[in-house]
Amino acid sequence: MKRDSNILNNVDWITVLLLGILIIMGWLNIYASVYQEDADMSIFDLTLNSGKQLIWIGSTVLIFVAIIFIDFKFYESVSFLVYGVIIFLLIAVLIFGTKVSGARSWFELASFIRIQPSEFAKFATALAVARYINIPGFRFSKPSNVVIVTSLVLAPILLILLQPDPGTALIFFSFIIVFYREGLAPIVLLIGFIFIILFIFTLFFSQIYIVIGITMLAIVVIIFTEKTFFKIGGIVAVAIITIGFTFSLDYFQSNILKPHHQKRLKVLINPDSDPLGDGWNVTQSKIAIGSGGFLGKGFLKGTQTKFDFVPEQSTDFIFCTLGEEHGWVGTSLVIILFSILIIRIYFLAERQKSRFARAYGYAVGSIIFFHFMINIGMTIGLFPVIGIPLPFFSYGGSSLWSFSILLFILLKLDAHRMQILLR
Amino acid sequence: MNESRKIIIRLGVIFVGLVFLIKLFSIQVLSDNYMQAAENNILQRIIEYPYRGLVYDRNGQLLVINDPIYDLMVVPMEVEVKDTTLFCSLFDISKEEFVEKYKEARQYSVIKPSIFIKQISNTEFARIQDKLINFEGFYIYARSVRDYPYQTLANALGYVGEISKNQLDRDTTGYYRMGDYIGISGLESSYENDLRGTRGVKKRMVNVRGVEKGLFKEGRDDTLSVPGEDLMSTIDLEIQLYAEKLLAGKVGSLVAIEPETGEILSIVSSPSYEPSKLSGRVFSENFVKLSQDTLVPLFNRPIMAMYPPGSMFKTLQSLIALQENVVKPDEFIYSDGRLIGDLAPNGYYDIKDAITYSSNNYFFKLFRRIINQGDDPNPYLNARYGLEQWRNYVVRFGLGVRLGIDLPNPTSGYVPTLSYYDKIYGKNRWKFSNIYSLSIGQGETLVTPLQMANLAAILANKGYFYTPHIIRSIGQDGLPDPKYLIKNEVGIDTIHFEAVIAGMQEVVRSGSGRRAYMTNIEVCGKTSTVENPHGEDHSGFMGFAPKENSKIAVAVYVENAGQGGRAAASIASLIIEKYLTGEVKRKWLEDFALKGEFIY
Repeated sequence: MKRDSNILNNVDWITVLLLGILIIMGWLNIYASVYQEDADMSIFDLTLNSGKQLIWIGSTVLIFVAIIFIDFKFYESVSFLVYGVIIFLLIAVLIFGTKVSGARSWFELASFIRIQPSEFAKFATALAVARYINIPGFRFSKPSNVVIVTSLVLAPILLILLQPDPGTALIFFSFIIVFYREGLAPIVLLIGFIFIILFIFTLFFSQIYIVIGITMLAIVVIIFTEKTFFKIGGIVAVAIITIGFTFSLDYFQSNILKPHHQKRLKVLINPDSDPLGDGWNVTQSKIAIGSGGFLGKGFLKGTQTKFDFVPEQSTDFIFCTLGEEHGWVGTSLVIILFSILIIRIYFLAERQKSRFARAYGYAVGSIIFFHFMINIGMTIGLFPVIGIPLPFFSYGGSSLWSFSILLFILLKLDAHRMQILLR
Repeated sequence: MNESRKIIIRLGVIFVGLVFLIKLFSIQVLSDNYMQAAENNILQRIIEYPYRGLVYDRNGQLLVINDPIYDLMVVPMEVEVKDTTLFCSLFDISKEEFVEKYKEARQYSVIKPSIFIKQISNTEFARIQDKLINFEGFYIYARSVRDYPYQTLANALGYVGEISKNQLDRDTTGYYRMGDYIGISGLESSYENDLRGTRGVKKRMVNVRGVEKGLFKEGRDDTLSVPGEDLMSTIDLEIQLYAEKLLAGKVGSLVAIEPETGEILSIVSSPSYEPSKLSGRVFSENFVKLSQDTLVPLFNRPIMAMYPPGSMFKTLQSLIALQENVVKPDEFIYSDGRLIGDLAPNGYYDIKDAITYSSNNYFFKLFRRIINQGDDPNPYLNARYGLEQWRNYVVRFGLGVRLGIDLPNPTSGYVPTLSYYDKIYGKNRWKFSNIYSLSIGQGETLVTPLQMANLAAILANKGYFYTPHIIRSIGQDGLPDPKYLIKNEVGIDTIHFEAVIAGMQEVVRSGSGRRAYMTNIEVCGKTSTVENPHGEDHSGFMGFAPKENSKIAVAVYVENAGQGGRAAASIASLIIEKYLTGEVKRKWLEDFALKGEFIY
């Protein structure tokens, strides 16, 4: 019995508290988003999303207990196994899965229980990547290491893209933060960042302007640097590669990106360009949040969400309900809570003694961070519409379970951090 | 290196959080647009159009009523039309129109109703009513347009039409909205605020599919519609119809007034139009036709057409001269045809005879006395003083000023001012010899038929008038506009009317107005044969009856109909007979008036 209480004492209760607050707030907002004034509705009604969510919330307590009481060494040892199972499931779902709104992402176990393997791929990949990074002698300067660790992330991305569910696939790019923390050269990030900027530019400007822009930039840089043969040659080479890249991007957009994806990206910059079509979601979402004002309309008093102007109110657009009913005060509180939670997770990761636990912690923080950034960014028009949930907040069992497992494993590892001996 | 990366990552999180906080602050706290947009999203205004007030004649006969019409509304989101061809043929529109209208509606709103087809008549509605269920997303809104049991009084009643962009911009009360109806001319315009009533607005919340979700703010902002006030007019329908019949096919005006109240019994503008032509769906088509008509049927002649008063003006000249004491009623003045063209024989005339025979030379002399009253040796200064004095009288008779009739845009006519002659001849460069044509009602003076009818009423009342008006009660038992209860004295002593009225009676008994004579009714009148440089003279008559306690004062102008004693006097007399006895016994005169061949 002594040992049990010890473990519970070692659990980082600050994280658990933050988590608890977010889950309860999410639950209340789920109720608010399905609430109809004229119907007599209870938050506990099991036919409602709020009632179902309560069951999911209850089950996370069981998950918590289970994860805490399993031996902490177990997680590292089963990492690759879990990863393998999930990869298998991701392949299986492409064949046996149920098609929901155009994507084959779900296993339908019973009429009311559906499991989304891509949700669980997040923690499985986190475990596998952390495990691989923890291999003695792993270094990002070693090409073979880089190839394998990148493949561990790319495999689920490709399988999820096949479903196709580009939103969830996008989340796996959060591993770049883990790589960065574990020693990936910043130049890789910089190049990636430049390519993203170029990608956005090619959407809005004609090819010729971008070529002119790059050329001008190159000339300016040449004027202001030492005019040695190597430097000039290097700059010219970079310019040519960049221009070549924009051409390939152009090809990618017009031949690979579907028109509705292009539209979504354009709508992001100017939602009024198509207010009734693709801009509808963004516009209505902003209207709902914006109409909340400073203090909001009050709990259950929202109109935009209740009258179905905002799509997917209890899942992807749950933030609208919060914004409408609780105003800037409510949205700020949630954003601050999330920021604290994420930074707390990075803090926990940083204090781990094993590289496995630290890399895993960074993966957990980054996955939640990406969800937070993309989901809220989407509802306020800073990000294209990508259907991914807000962690712990949105309605949905798979996502709540997956985030809970993700985080609880970290809490378990953290509780035992003193038992790790540095190699 | 790890230290700095650790910090960079955390800063990244804080940066994203801050960007969100700032962006949210801008859309939630700084901008009102979203709040407005949210309200627009869920608010549906259901407008209850009030019934416009009705208009009655003086005996309680309805002149203007309301007719139900139907607007077809469309909610694009719900639209499901399987057979567009059937729809188009049912509503009698082309396929292109359908597509165009649908596009417009979509642009306005996908979820809110907008007008698809306007003003479907009752009969049409009956035809399509049960077929409407085949077309989802289309609804019927009931409204009403004006209808007229009698096709009469068009110019006075005016018409109602959809409010124009201009009027909307000028509306400072903020009452009107796009698509509202508003009184555009006639009584509909001058009594718009009484007639229109108050629009009722119910605010409902709707969801994204337009399904009602209950009252907005528990209905606290909702208002009920209040029907417009009825107007009780002074018009005698029977007289009006008869007068219009008499003036049919002629260009001219008739105004009949009850002298002791100023109530207008009949006001005719000819040619006119059928008022129902400017109501409902046919409005625009007919309006174009009417406004291009060379006989200008939309021109309300009794209050807008200006003519010289002609010899009718001699009654007024006599009164001024008597009041100014430049002549005695029994004073005889020798008049021959030397000063001015004249049809009256040479000889001695007193006031009565001068009016009876319409002696131009007599009035030339009388007017000279009025103008040259001053004792200044300078005739130019005398004329100034005299004209100023004279004009003051004329204006008190309601000439040269707008009579405040309750119809929009009456003209004031024209009575020349000192500055008018100063401009033409130079200051102090004109005297009586420049302005003598005013003496016989020719020259620069211009009057409207309404002003002449009012002159007849002043003569009948022997010195006062009530401003002529058409509405005597706003609401069934209401009051008229208070300004119509004010007695206007014209500044002539009652005693001076004796001789003038005696002359007018003689005009009808034996003078130029003999056609107006009746054995049983004492009619007093004065004819005008108004010189018209553009063609045949205009025929004018002004008079009242009976001589004592007059019940009716009339003025008639018939354009290009020659002598005043023919067309105008006949028509005026028939109206007097009809009004006072209820029937017309003089069929020969009626035939003469109806036939309209006055020039031979």
